[in-house]
Amino acid sequence: MPEPFLVVDHLYRSFGSVKAVNDVSLTVQAGQIYGLVGPDGAGKTTTLRLICGAFKPDNGSVMIGGYSLDHQAEQARETIGYLSQQFSLYEDLTVLENIRFLAEVRGLSSEDWLPCARENLAFVGLDAFENRLAGKLSGGMKQKLGLACALVNRPRLLLLDEPTTGVDPVTRQDFWQLVIRLAGEQGMAVLVCTPYMDEASRCSHIGFMRSGRIIQDGSPSHLRKMLDDRILELAGGPMNVLLESSHFDTDVQDVQRFGDRLHLRVLPGKAQDVKRRLSKRIHSAGGSIEKIEIIPPLLEDVFIDLAGEGMSMNDAGYGEKP
Amino acid sequence: MKQRLFSLIRKEFIQIVRDPRTLILTLIYPVVMLFLLGYAITNDVRNIPLAVLDRDRSGQSRALLDAYRASDYFKLEYYITSEDEMNYLIESNQARAAVIIPPNYGREIVAGRVGQIAFIIDGSDPNVSGTALTAAIMVGQSQSTKIVAQRTMRETQTQMPVDVRTQVWYNPGMITAYYMIPALIGMILQFLTTFLTSTSIVRERERGTIEQLIVTPIRSWELVAGKMVPYVLIAFFDMIEILVAGVLLFDVPINGSLMLLLVLSCLFLVTTLGIGLLISTVANTQQEAMLTTMFTLLPSIFLSGFMFPLAAMPTFLQAVSYLIPLRYFLIITRGIVLKGTGADVLLPEILALCFFAIVVMAATAVRFKKQLD
Repeated sequence: MPEPFLVVDHLYRSFGSVKAVNDVSLTVQAGQIYGLVGPDGAGKTTTLRLICGAFKPDNGSVMIGGYSLDHQAEQARETIGYLSQQFSLYEDLTVLENIRFLAEVRGLSSEDWLPCARENLAFVGLDAFENRLAGKLSGGMKQKLGLACALVNRPRLLLLDEPTTGVDPVTRQDFWQLVIRLAGEQGMAVLVCTPYMDEASRCSHIGFMRSGRIIQDGSPSHLRKMLDDRILELAGGPMNVLLESSHFDTDVQDVQRFGDRLHLRVLPGKAQDVKRRLSKRIHSAGGSIEKIEIIPPLLEDVFIDLAGEGMSMNDAGYGEKP
Repeated sequence: MKQRLFSLIRKEFIQIVRDPRTLILTLIYPVVMLFLLGYAITNDVRNIPLAVLDRDRSGQSRALLDAYRASDYFKLEYYITSEDEMNYLIESNQARAAVIIPPNYGREIVAGRVGQIAFIIDGSDPNVSGTALTAAIMVGQSQSTKIVAQRTMRETQTQMPVDVRTQVWYNPGMITAYYMIPALIGMILQFLTTFLTSTSIVRERERGTIEQLIVTPIRSWELVAGKMVPYVLIAFFDMIEILVAGVLLFDVPINGSLMLLLVLSCLFLVTTLGIGLLISTVANTQQEAMLTTMFTLLPSIFLSGFMFPLAAMPTFLQAVSYLIPLRYFLIITRGIVLKGTGADVLLPEILALCFFAIVVMAATAVRFKKQLD
């Protein structure tokens, strides 16, 4: 394995009595897309801001491409492209002026920036709007401009903070295609925060954050394996009978509705028992079953499991009174 | 590094140009202030409206009134016949002073005795009443001298025992504009630079653009310098504007070295820009920054000798005035423009400004970090 491009080592950061980031370590290889997922307030954005240097950590270190963010900030930052959650470009500058400014302050010479800018605008599909004021772009176009600006100096590490929040599904799809191409073709290391499970499933590695810690990490398939043989899909009617019967069973840990069907998380090794018992109970209660089967778990099932675990673990820093 | 700075400056200029209202305000502001302070605010009191109640109507009373009229201090606007009328005129602000000449004034003078007159002054405006009081007494005295000379019939040989010959240097016409315009340079430089820089960094913070700036390799000092340069240029342009307008509209003589004035203005700018930056490191919103700037500006106006002479203030306030950089810069601009003073004489003020520049910049450097929080 080559040396990881980004090495985050035991980061801590508190705001007052709230431990926003509480001992976070992670590594991202070149060409890897690392997804940082978790509920709101888990510390994803703060972690990203610590990595790009917008916040100073209370403790811990960040190495980017072999440079220490603390001691060689300038060199380290030249390799970063950062897209923040809120639009952070100048609304009173045009698309091209924004790109030019960020390209030049990141060290691209005044001859080189224009071809790079045009290339990236074409890449994100904004080439027709280069003279429009950034403030006059739609939400999705703003995010694409943010990406073009982040990419203009060919960064080797791309930091994306909830890049598609508030963006329509088609644009989201486009956006991810671009990111996947960047990682695959150019070997860019990508670290992305997202609250969306479908986006998380596109990542090559996922870290699940809760209360300032990464409580579980691994590839999507690895994470899904944790719940192998523990998810039952149940369809039938009437819904209230299905729900009541499921909740009644002590081996069922959690019931989630997915449209017209239910996902039941059961205790390890109990799937067959539950399946048998439930079929009987639902029939005797006057309900009918269309389907009751063990299914391969979705990432969503895993996250609900992890989020619940986090809650019961009562992590330090979450729910603590000052 | 040079390129980063240059890009920042260009970006700042584009933003300034894209906000034409602010730009126009910054450019016409000095001229408006100059007009206000040059024409409207003037201590040169002339043509005080005077009501005349002449109950004597003799040659002597007319001679006295002629003397008042000739002094230019008074405009004999109302000839009245009763004291009620006088009360009304003064109460309604139509007359600011009144003179009452009693019926026997002429007779007393001719008889070689003392002729008494009454002079009533509206004291509500101390500036006007002060001038009126002095003028009333002076005109009366010179009239007395004339009468004494006539009595002794030795007018040509009459000499007053004490002869005061006055010479007013530097501003012989004692024109307020000459005094105000050099000071206005200081006031406007301070106001504009502090105001503009204090909001410019807060604005980046407020709009979230600081987040992107922080992640770039831009260094703190480059960011600070990139923010300063455009406003230094604007402030310099304003300063030239004031000087040119002062010379063309008010005939202000520039007696000293223009070069020295420009160099020392730069020194002063370092301090005022630093104050602006210091405010922007503390303030969280543009509104907060503006209010804080106003808070620093008002003491500067009142305690720098800009309008009110420091010597007339209580000792405590005089002591406070030593903490106001504008105080020193006003001595410099007034000295150079009006007196043609050189750097050797202004050394204490120059040293004081250097001291402020270093302290403010050091404080800013300590406070200002390229960080979100």
